[in-house]
Formats: sequence, C-alpha cells, structure tokens
Amino acid sequence: MNLYVNGEAREVEVASLAELVALLELPVARIAIELNREVVRRGEWERTMLKDEDRIEIVHFVGGGARV
Amino acid sequence: MSKLVIGGRSFTSRLIIGTGKYRSYEEMRSAHDASGAEMVTVAVRRVPLDRSSESFLDYLNPDLAILPNTAGCYTAEDAVRTARLAREALQTDLVKLEVIGDQTTLFPDNEQTLEAARILVKEGFVVLPYFTDDLIMAKKLLDAGCAAIMPLAAPIGSGLGVQNPANLRIMRQQLPDATLIVDAGVGTASDAAIAMELGADGVLMNTAIAEAADPAKMATAMKLAIEAGRLAYRAGRMQKRLYASASSPLAGVIK
Repeated sequence: MNLYVNGEAREVEVASLAELVALLELPVARIAIELNREVVRRGEWERTMLKDEDRIEIVHFVGGGARV
Repeated sequence: MSKLVIGGRSFTSRLIIGTGKYRSYEEMRSAHDASGAEMVTVAVRRVPLDRSSESFLDYLNPDLAILPNTAGCYTAEDAVRTARLAREALQTDLVKLEVIGDQTTLFPDNEQTLEAARILVKEGFVVLPYFTDDLIMAKKLLDAGCAAIMPLAAPIGSGLGVQNPANLRIMRQQLPDATLIVDAGVGTASDAAIAMELGADGVLMNTAIAEAADPAKMATAMKLAIEAGRLAYRAGRMQKRLYASASSPLAGVIK
C-alpha cells in the first residue's frame, strides 16, 4: 500500500495507524497525527484503518519562533 | 502587582518568550530560567522520519505553560489544522495564532488571521492572535472572542524596537479592558520597557533574547525592564513640558 507520510511517498504494509507509528519507530509522547487533513485522536489510532493513497501528517514540537 | 490573566489562567510574569534560535538547549534553558517567564511558545512541525529525534519539550522547564503557535502558516486553513494538531498533542486549548502574509516582512495576513480566529474560538480554543497594529482589526478579533490581542511593534526578529507607539497607545486607550500583548519587534530592554509604558499588559519576544551575546543576561534585563515599564505605566508619568521647571524652591536663594 502506498501512503504519503509527511509529504513523502512510502510503500508499507500496515493495517492501522497505530501499526504505522510502530513501524516508523516514532516517540509516541507528544506527537499528533492527521489523516487526510483530519486529526485522529490518540485513542483512535488502533482502530483507524489505512488505505492506499492516504495522506498522513505526523507532527511534534520544535523551538520557534516564526522562522520559516 | 496585579497578574496577567489569559483565558482564565493567571501569570505573575508579564513576559512570554520563544524557544527558537538558541545556540543550544542548555542556553535556552538558562535564559528561560533567568527571564522569570511562566509561558513559552513552541512551533509545530513534521516529525523527521529518517532519524530518531529527541523531544525538544523535554528541555523545557516542566513548570512552564506551553503556548503552541502556528508560525509558518500562510492560510487560515493551515493555521486551524496546526492548532488542532497542537491541541491533540499537548492537551492545551491555548494557541498563538500567526498567519503570515509575506516572507520578507513576516507581516501577518489580517484577513486570514481573523477567519482562523473565528473558527478556533468556536472550537473552544483560547486564541492569542498576532496581527498588525490596527485598532479596527483589534476590535474584530475581540468581537470574535479572542482572549488577547497581540499587535506587532516591528517586524518579527528585526529588533527595531517599538516603531508604532502612537498606534499602540490608541489601541490601549480605545480598548482599556482588552489584554494587550506586544508581540515581535523588541530588540533590547528599553524597547520592552517602552512597550509596557505604553500600557501593554505583556510582551512576547524571542530573538532579542536568543540572539543576544549572553541570552541569560538579556533575559534578566528583559524581566526587569518589563517590571519597570509596568510600574511606570501604573505610576502615571508626569506631563512633558517644553521648558525647564526648577525642582528647588525659588524663595530663599542667597543674593
């Protein structure tokens, strides 16, 4: 299945959003995820099933500031 | 001293500071500690997928309130998405709303800012919008339900100091009950004092501290300047006059 994660195309075999987070080995604390422009609450990751061509944004916090 | 109240939370310090541009996390932490600030603003960005990233938030003093911002957003839609992500990640309803209109000046797009503010207030956010020093815009933002108004004093990161004292004074006089925080443009301690003497309820800054040769020392200077400026505003300054007015009595001078 092809997903777009933070703008990059990725070929992965995962069923749920939780599985994707595990596959990417992301620190789970204080990140947030958007699936096709809608926030998916942390408690919903497990039962949120992904499909081909889904667009996912995974964000965290950085120092800033308006430097762009 | 009375407290700064934002969205039902009260703060003793009237200084809000940023977390960007520091040479190291340790330097940031020592500047934060020296500033006495109780709230810091942080940006939301994509997690790097190709390398493990340490959590920046772990370097912050855990006692600080975190004010996520929408820096880098150029449309109301992106700012709203960013605010929603920040709320989900941090479980906070605070947001410093920034919708930038131009890369060179980083001046805000007031129209998009207002649109985003209306959406976010409806969704229960405590919205602190960065905007151009325009009284009418300030009124619209307050009507939309923003918790504070945050006009710029000069371009972000410019360090030019307060370039718009008349506009800020007008805003203060016309909106006496609004929480007014000067956001952006301060370069050194006297700038912060001027902003407070004009009646600002607080000042938000980043570069003036982060780019100082000694950020912790500058953070201390800012803390003192904000306290001094606030006191001077509350004290009510003397009227300016064009000519001298002797401080000593005229009577009894020897002849």
